[in-house]
Amino acid sequence: GMDAIMLQEKLVERLLCPRVRTSRQKEKQYVGFATLPNQVHRKSVKKGFDFTLMVAGESGMGKSTLVNSLFLTDLYKDRKLLNAEERINQTVEIIKHTVDIEEKGVKLKLTIVDTPGFGDAVNNNECWKPITDYIDQQFEQYFRDESGLNRKNIQDNRVHCCLYFIPPFGHGLRPVDVEFMKALHEKVNVVPLIAKADCLTPSEIKKLKDRVRDEIERFGIKVYQFPECDSDEDEEFKQLDKELKECCPFAVIGSNTVVEARGQRVRGRLYPWGIVEVENQSHCDFVKLRNILIRSHMHDLKDVTCDMHYENYRAQCIQDMTSKLTQDNRMESPIPMLPLPTPDVETDRLIKMKDEELARMQDMLNKMQQQIHDGKDQ
Amino acid sequence: CVFVVPEFPGLGHSGGGSTLLGYIGIDTIIEQMRKKTMKAGFDFNIMIVGHSGLGKSTLVNTLFKSQVSRWSSGWGSEHKIPKTVEIKAVSHVIEEGGVKMKLTVIDTPGFGDQINNENCWDPISKYINEQYEKFLKEEVNIARKKRIPDTRVHCCLYFISPTGHSLRQLDIEFMKHLSRVVNIIPVIAKSDTMTLDEKNEFKHRVRKELETHGIEYYPQNEFDDDMEDKNENDKIRETMPFAVVGSDKEFQVNGKRVLGRKTAWGVVEVENPNHCEFALLRDFLIRSHLQDLKEVTHNIHYETYRARRLNDNGGLHPISANNTQESNL
Repeated sequence: GMDAIMLQEKLVERLLCPRVRTSRQKEKQYVGFATLPNQVHRKSVKKGFDFTLMVAGESGMGKSTLVNSLFLTDLYKDRKLLNAEERINQTVEIIKHTVDIEEKGVKLKLTIVDTPGFGDAVNNNECWKPITDYIDQQFEQYFRDESGLNRKNIQDNRVHCCLYFIPPFGHGLRPVDVEFMKALHEKVNVVPLIAKADCLTPSEIKKLKDRVRDEIERFGIKVYQFPECDSDEDEEFKQLDKELKECCPFAVIGSNTVVEARGQRVRGRLYPWGIVEVENQSHCDFVKLRNILIRSHMHDLKDVTCDMHYENYRAQCIQDMTSKLTQDNRMESPIPMLPLPTPDVETDRLIKMKDEELARMQDMLNKMQQQIHDGKDQ
Repeated sequence: CVFVVPEFPGLGHSGGGSTLLGYIGIDTIIEQMRKKTMKAGFDFNIMIVGHSGLGKSTLVNTLFKSQVSRWSSGWGSEHKIPKTVEIKAVSHVIEEGGVKMKLTVIDTPGFGDQINNENCWDPISKYINEQYEKFLKEEVNIARKKRIPDTRVHCCLYFISPTGHSLRQLDIEFMKHLSRVVNIIPVIAKSDTMTLDEKNEFKHRVRKELETHGIEYYPQNEFDDDMEDKNENDKIRETMPFAVVGSDKEFQVNGKRVLGRKTAWGVVEVENPNHCEFALLRDFLIRSHLQDLKEVTHNIHYETYRARRLNDNGGLHPISANNTQESNL
């Protein structure tokens, strides 16, 4: 178990240090490839991770606040809120915020895709189109890059998860909620949330959740499914997992402010009748959401995006390309495989120049570091 | 829960009052990844090349502490030299510390054993490229597998004869042709025929010869990611090629049981760093660079092959109406 892995990590370290004469008796039984997960992990830590999260829902659902609460950031501090008049002619926009977060040596490049304007107009027909278009565009970009000649520095902008904010004021899903989720459920992992849950009592929340769950099933909406627990996990874990699944959709509250509650400083909302604590599990499901999103299922969300949503897109794309050609009756003619419409020669040249420049800079940097290193020895 | 002060996130803290420091938990993604990769298991494909009698199979069995090569025992079996170079791949699943590995050992009997060994590396080169081709075909498929089966050769152990003089012409030709196509790790076989001094001189000469001929063995200089890698790999490159001895027999030495070879003048202990560099090879190959060997194969050698294929094809491939064409090659 852990001991074996720790021992092997020590062995790896030993290789990197000057040879130390130690007893190799214990190692007799080990070949040593149990260190493989560590080797993989070491490289990933170096490279860092990325995650793209989309938030969708009408204005005023607390999306920005929730994102700030989840990632302890303040991405929207310079935002100017529009009034109703200003919003009359606003169309749905797609706005990206990128922030680099580092924690315990692990680097995460987090991209939040915001969708202001969604559902705000009087006529919201197909207001999700800019959003589905955006998601498709990222798939298409990835498809091109992946099919291209030079695949060294592919940027992955695919959306890994979409948090959809359902208003707490109604009695379940509204038509726009249903249509939106159905437009997206085969393109991205949809995680529905009940927003601003602090305006509901516990029993109201339960009723609403039951209703929403029921409607999700009835309308055939395929929200993100948590993978099944491993059969070899312990009972406690399995129980937690079960509770998590039964808690969907999560009823969340976010906050940008710190309040004093029960002697501690916590994120919360101060009302005359009491204090709502964001991270208090008896107040809302924020912690559960954060755990799912970040601490236990971030990797799975990415996997499902790559293995399912993207693959579906790609297969469809190729099929469309193929059928278009057979339709045109040019059956013998070649399919332009890959790369798809190539960037022009000029762009290629520029890219090559940049690459060379980067290599030169890296070289210089290495030399400088070596000099510093040598200087230190003197 | 415990609040831990994080590094400052990119945009810093706001004036808007959100100054609560806390723990987000993004470092747990490492654990999430580990769980998944453990479940999926690993593949590793190693090719062994060298003329017969250099102890290739024994070494590979010693490395993986199992009978993973074609021959289940040493001397007793028939070692008929085939008329041409054959490629024989054998797979075993071995497990350690909860990690499952499907190890495939690709033997190349007949290499270097003929009278005329011209182009005897061709079948080997062909095999390696065929695995790249297989992977490429799967990759461009419409409905492609989630985990494409990886039969590509991640590492080629090339066995140098311990003549003590220099590399043979065949050694140079082979490595010249193949070092740009696959990761080559040269080893000096049966190194118990050399004294320490002879070993060091031989190694030095071999390194010089490889350099003269522009042969880059793994870990290749040009693929060092950063200073940390470079320093680590420089040390390794300067100790290579590792002079090794293999054995599947155990003997008593100073009250311990060790793997070794017993002679009239003493026991050569395989895992004793004073006797030979087997342990160094094993640590390097398995305990620290196994994953990197796969990554260099995938990110560099395979990409080179793929780019060449795309270019050669002119990027085009005719399809006929009758084909329920699955491949989009």
